[in-house]
Amino acid sequence: MIAFFFIIIYLGPMVLMIIVMCVQIKCFHEIITIGYNVYHSYDLPWFRTLSWYFLLCVNYFFYGETVTDYFFTLVQREEPLRILSKYHRFISFTLYLTGFCMFVLSLVKKHYRLQFYMFGWTHVTLLIVVTQSHLVIHNLFEGMIWFIVPISCVICNDIMAYMFGFFFGRTPLIKLSPKKTWEGFIGGFFATVVFGLLLSYVMSGYRCFVCPVEYNNDTNSFTVDCEPSDLFRLHEYNIPGVIQSAIGWKTVRMYPFQIHSIALSTFASLIGPFGGFFASGFKRAFKIKDFANTIPGHGGIMDRFDCQYLMATFVNVYIASFIRGPNPSKLIQQFLTLRPDQQLHIFNTLKSHLADKGMLTTITEDNE
Amino acid sequence: MLELRRRGGCPGPGGAAPPPREGEAAGGDHETESTSDKETDIDDRYGDLDSRTDSDIPEILPSSDRTPEILKNALSGLSSRWKNWWIRGILTLTMISMFFLIIYMGSFMLMLLVLGIQVKCFHEIITIGYRVYHSYDLPWFRTLSWYFLLCVNYFFYGETVADYFATFVQREEQLQFLIRYHRFISFALYLAGFCMFVLSLVKKHYRLQFYMFAWTHVTLLITVTQSHLVIQNLFEGMIWFLVPISSVICNDITAYLFGFFFGRTPLIKLSPKKTWEGFIGGFFSTVVFGFIAAYLLSKSQYFVCPVEYRSDINSFVTECEPSELFQLQSYSLPPFLKALLRRETVTLYPFQIHSIALSTFASLIGPFGGFFASGFKRAFKIKDFANTIPGHGGIMDRFDCQYLMATFVHVYITSFIRGPNPSKVLQQLLVLQPEQQLNIYKTLKIHLIEKGILQPTLKV
Repeated sequence: MIAFFFIIIYLGPMVLMIIVMCVQIKCFHEIITIGYNVYHSYDLPWFRTLSWYFLLCVNYFFYGETVTDYFFTLVQREEPLRILSKYHRFISFTLYLTGFCMFVLSLVKKHYRLQFYMFGWTHVTLLIVVTQSHLVIHNLFEGMIWFIVPISCVICNDIMAYMFGFFFGRTPLIKLSPKKTWEGFIGGFFATVVFGLLLSYVMSGYRCFVCPVEYNNDTNSFTVDCEPSDLFRLHEYNIPGVIQSAIGWKTVRMYPFQIHSIALSTFASLIGPFGGFFASGFKRAFKIKDFANTIPGHGGIMDRFDCQYLMATFVNVYIASFIRGPNPSKLIQQFLTLRPDQQLHIFNTLKSHLADKGMLTTITEDNE
Repeated sequence: MLELRRRGGCPGPGGAAPPPREGEAAGGDHETESTSDKETDIDDRYGDLDSRTDSDIPEILPSSDRTPEILKNALSGLSSRWKNWWIRGILTLTMISMFFLIIYMGSFMLMLLVLGIQVKCFHEIITIGYRVYHSYDLPWFRTLSWYFLLCVNYFFYGETVADYFATFVQREEQLQFLIRYHRFISFALYLAGFCMFVLSLVKKHYRLQFYMFAWTHVTLLITVTQSHLVIQNLFEGMIWFLVPISSVICNDITAYLFGFFFGRTPLIKLSPKKTWEGFIGGFFSTVVFGFIAAYLLSKSQYFVCPVEYRSDINSFVTECEPSELFQLQSYSLPPFLKALLRRETVTLYPFQIHSIALSTFASLIGPFGGFFASGFKRAFKIKDFANTIPGHGGIMDRFDCQYLMATFVHVYITSFIRGPNPSKVLQQLLVLQPEQQLNIYKTLKIHLIEKGILQPTLKV
């Protein structure tokens, strides 16, 4: 599996996107199948069709939002795409509504409760699986490093915690998963932080990992070529006194990204396992051993990805809060759709703001 | 045979249990055969709920117990059918007049009202969940449900407030910090709730706890997102709040009246009282009602203008130059209408045309929200969501048809009417890096000069 992972990284972002989508569909399928088994509801009229239909709708909605942001120029060229993107929300809502009405019309007298349960089950599954996968793709577009480092940290934490627990494990961690131990937990934490630091050091050197994925109109393909941002350039940091005496160095050269990677690894080791406990509780609640039997020896796809559950959301929120600002081209696009008086108002406010900051060399009066 | 097997599972390790179990294991329609018995047991426990909840119904008090004494005395002479009718009628009028009173008091009160309704709907649905699963004693669960409600509300209000109160927020330092890291803070709060849930899982009650977790999340999805979309519509202008909601209410009432007087063909098995005559009659009268209401409300600035927060006077104002949508325009009638009405043109507000779309949605798709709620009530064998309003049931009963309306209006506004929010664009601009801001400034300047909005003066 790890070998596959490396091959796929080599193939590029488009293939990664497709892989993420396949994983999402498989996870959805696994969880819905569990629901069917639990409720013996394989024979409910329409329900399988409706579940897959809702999956399609939500995917369409999310992909539409992403695609219009990143492929803005491509979309503007093609007329049908332009209409689809302008009325995107309306079209998605109409598709969802159709599914909703079909659900209401398909309610059969004796099976109301089952049908409502499956409806709720489908929606919660969509919430969990589909939003996560789209956040993963968002992170991917920021730069492949934002995709690879978090996922590898979670995998590393899994493996390290298992090994530490195997060799040193003594105190059980939580009643839910009797095989986890405190030693594994803490050992995994430190090992993951170190691993994250090393991995980000190695990856920050390469442009293909660090640059945001962009769609180049001329060559009609994805390119990852850019001037690495501040985050990925070596800086000198002064080591605090206590570590200075320990290592004997005055300063250390690091990428700022490595500091962020400490935050990511910490989250992966401390909160990631809660995703695993949630999945364990779920399996115990519904008395299943594994989600499915897709991977021999490991169980289903969902078993592998349960700890990733919250990681993608965290990375996305982290990026949105601390790293990336709003997308400038999107802002310009939004600006151009405003009314002229609003445009002027914003322009003047921006001007006075820049003038305050001393960015404008001369100030002139611009009148209507 | 299937039924016998299932019933046999329930009494537990009784004498009759072993042979059916072996029979089932041999039948083996599940992969994990030993666990399927336990699943069947649990399903029996829940399946029994289907027959047991019949005895739950007396817990739900008959509605007349909450009627005030005065009404009871006044109506003591009538037969019970007409008494019910009168109670419903009087309560309807009371609710409508309270609605008018609150509209008069302004948009802030409306916001509070929407928030209050949302909390009450959430409470009603969660209470049903508790009763269905007899899970009142689950540790932590009530606290967690309310905590999640708080988190999601915090997230949504933060997004809305930051947009509309940008000037107010810029002034206060702590608010600025909260706004900038809003998503992170909301996510951290949600995570804390999630971890508490995982830590609170108790060995014997896993399934119940997962059910309640999912129930809470779906309820949040339904009630909280709707209420926030309602408030966003409200900020567009009170007319976008009033016309859709009154169209749905009007559709309810006129469909009922048409059904009462002319009803013959049943509409759907789910709600045997609805009829096709009511449906179609309600459709036409709602369109006409929406048309007239839009006409009356479009005249007043109070309803038409977007709600803005003025920092100088620290209150909401609704004063503006009415947009094009709310200025009378002449439309030339198509030929057949021309012959009918014998007029060449008609002066309408463009908003009235939009109101036709809104009323159509309210009459055609709104009832599906009602059917959904009826199916839900039948599935969980409850007569009403709660007993808050005498004669009408709970708050959720009144608002079930509104369910999809708010989302539709919001999607409609963003797709067809409104562009992006200027203050939000400005706010995002101010967050960018200075070099990016300068780039954008230059691009915008070129664009504005091209369009002639800006007069080219000395070069910067």
